[in-house]
Amino acid sequence: MLRAILLSTVALATPAFANNVFVSNEKGNSVTVLDSETWEVITEFPAGNRPRGITIAPDGSKLYVCASDDDLVRVFDAKTFEELPSLPSGPDPELFVLHPSGNPLYIANEDDNMVTVVDTETRQVLAEIPVGIEPEGMAISPDASVVINTSETTNMAHFIDTETFEIVNNVLVDQRPRYAEYTSDGSKLYVSAEIGGTVSVIDNAAETPSIIKKITFEVPGVLSEWLQPVGVKVTKDGSRVFVALGPANRVAVIDGETDEVIEYLLVGQRVWQLAFTPDEKYLVTTNGNSNDVSIIDVESLEVIKSVQVGQQPWGVVVAPDS
Amino acid sequence: MPELLNTQSRHRALRAGLVLSLAALGTIAASPPAAAQDVNATVFRVDYPSLLPLSRLDLPSDDRGFAGARLATDDNRTTGQFMGHTYDTKEITVAPEDALAAFQKLMDAGERLVVVIAGTEDLIAMADAAPDDAILFNASSGDITLRSAECRANILHIAPSDAMRTDAVAQFLVWKRWTDWFLIEGSNPEDTALADAYRASARKFGAQITEDRVFEDTGGSRVSDSGHVLVQRQIPVFTQDAADHDVVVAADASDVFDEYLPYHLWDAAPVAGSAGLRPLTWAPTHESWGATQMQRRFEELAGRAMTDLDYQTWLALRVVGEAVTRTTSADPATLRDYILSPDFNLAAFKGVPVTFRDWNGQLRQPILLSNGRMTVSVSPQEGFLHEVSPLDTLGLDRPESDCTAFEGGN
Repeated sequence: MLRAILLSTVALATPAFANNVFVSNEKGNSVTVLDSETWEVITEFPAGNRPRGITIAPDGSKLYVCASDDDLVRVFDAKTFEELPSLPSGPDPELFVLHPSGNPLYIANEDDNMVTVVDTETRQVLAEIPVGIEPEGMAISPDASVVINTSETTNMAHFIDTETFEIVNNVLVDQRPRYAEYTSDGSKLYVSAEIGGTVSVIDNAAETPSIIKKITFEVPGVLSEWLQPVGVKVTKDGSRVFVALGPANRVAVIDGETDEVIEYLLVGQRVWQLAFTPDEKYLVTTNGNSNDVSIIDVESLEVIKSVQVGQQPWGVVVAPDS
Repeated sequence: MPELLNTQSRHRALRAGLVLSLAALGTIAASPPAAAQDVNATVFRVDYPSLLPLSRLDLPSDDRGFAGARLATDDNRTTGQFMGHTYDTKEITVAPEDALAAFQKLMDAGERLVVVIAGTEDLIAMADAAPDDAILFNASSGDITLRSAECRANILHIAPSDAMRTDAVAQFLVWKRWTDWFLIEGSNPEDTALADAYRASARKFGAQITEDRVFEDTGGSRVSDSGHVLVQRQIPVFTQDAADHDVVVAADASDVFDEYLPYHLWDAAPVAGSAGLRPLTWAPTHESWGATQMQRRFEELAGRAMTDLDYQTWLALRVVGEAVTRTTSADPATLRDYILSPDFNLAAFKGVPVTFRDWNGQLRQPILLSNGRMTVSVSPQEGFLHEVSPLDTLGLDRPESDCTAFEGGN
């Protein structure tokens, strides 16, 4: 504990930007805003019914929230937290990914086996792409040529061409794929499978993407059934991969070179999604059953703090440096 | 005579509108060519004469079992369109006296994947009449003997055995330290079998049956009009002067008296088993582990809540779909080998993968404990350990099963 305090003091001493951290509270119907310097709650504001996926424009201007039970994407001014006109989303939006330019938004419609593409400026639906059952995880390749959707009951990662909106490849992964994350060079794609208990590493360099490795998890004293990978984040240099393990209350740390687990960090209960601060000094985890977020020091791999947020925190995003 | 209800050919309609809508088939053009497979299955339901249930909430719907199968077929088709696999499911209802002839006709027509909703005797007769390469998926019978001495190599049990259900209840009661049970059983043979399962579960997990009474099925105990007045007098008297107990366990497979027990007992005690806290594979209130999505999809399709039986038929056809997807084969022998192999696992909205016991063909799955309004708990309970899987603490474990028809058998 003393070490944790020291570490956070050191962090405070170095000149750093404070970034707003936005956490969607699925049961609380709200977004909690934290300060990434003090890790104190700044405010909490209503965000529609059953907010889950949450992301922010690359310029930090707008915050997007999947209001799953409202069947739309709620939009907020990321500075004033004032609500702006909503975006259509198709039914039951769960997760989404923004084009690196900030437009369009690619949304997984969990109840309708569809990915909806929405122009964030004109608020028009550009395309609806039929995918597998219960679409959830969304990712976009760094060159923005391919959008990935994972379908939880079909158990596939669908590769969607962003020009033609057609599926160009399907890769069968393990049971209940929840999240997809590219390395920043686009060479590898990580896909977590909650019930399969694995993270598939997909090689994108080859002509046809294929699974080159399946990462498995093992924690002494924890039933293997509880090791359920959900959220995944990769550092920009690709050296570390973090995987939220749901009801195991652990975040697995993986060596990005070997794709082997090197450590497990104990966090709050039912850890779900993850987000780095822009400098990648910290990783924030949402813990749905303990209603808090855990703050991980990425360098030392220590959990330095937990902060109470709203009811059943689901997603998290950190504002870019302004 | 058997009635062929319909060969379903429903595809989820793509949303129309001004947006660019892509035909599903067009989207797979660039996918790696997989071997095309046409997967034909049948849901075969034997309808026995039966009395009305005690609770209106349990009124049987005409599409019971079939609706779950339709959802699974839709699910399989959605996945199949990416694989080049098509799925078609026939629905057959038949009276008990015509069951075997109808089943034989189905086999003669070359059908090999059959989800069966039938009693033990009819199920065994069908299994024995089926060619070697047929697979019957038992979606309804919990008969323990089917998982033991009376097992058949061509029956895979999707429905949990009664032992799995009674073990699920017993684990929870023992976890609560409610170890003194007052067992009330019905007087029909299936009630006695269920009571025997509770007696075995009590022994297995260290509970004692301090009192055991039989509620005679006199045929006249159903509530009608002012029947509650009678029930309110009859049940307290029936349960008077019982030995000390923590809980009343009801074994009423015939649904003659179970719902009358809560609130009418002589001693204040919770009720579990056939009423009160019930062991179910599915409940319309279940919402953990993504189940909400399944409930919504089912309700949109069927216009009613999803039942235990619908879940079991859904699961049976999802087992088929998963095996076809992974093996890219529709050959029954290939599917059976894969389903019984350690590679098979399937997400089924229960938080853990469901798998099969290779010694008796029983699907392993967690059991919900529902009060009808909420999922109170889910068994297996924490602390009940097993060398292979916590799920094997429910039902007949390998040494307890007398089944020898399977490769992994004793």
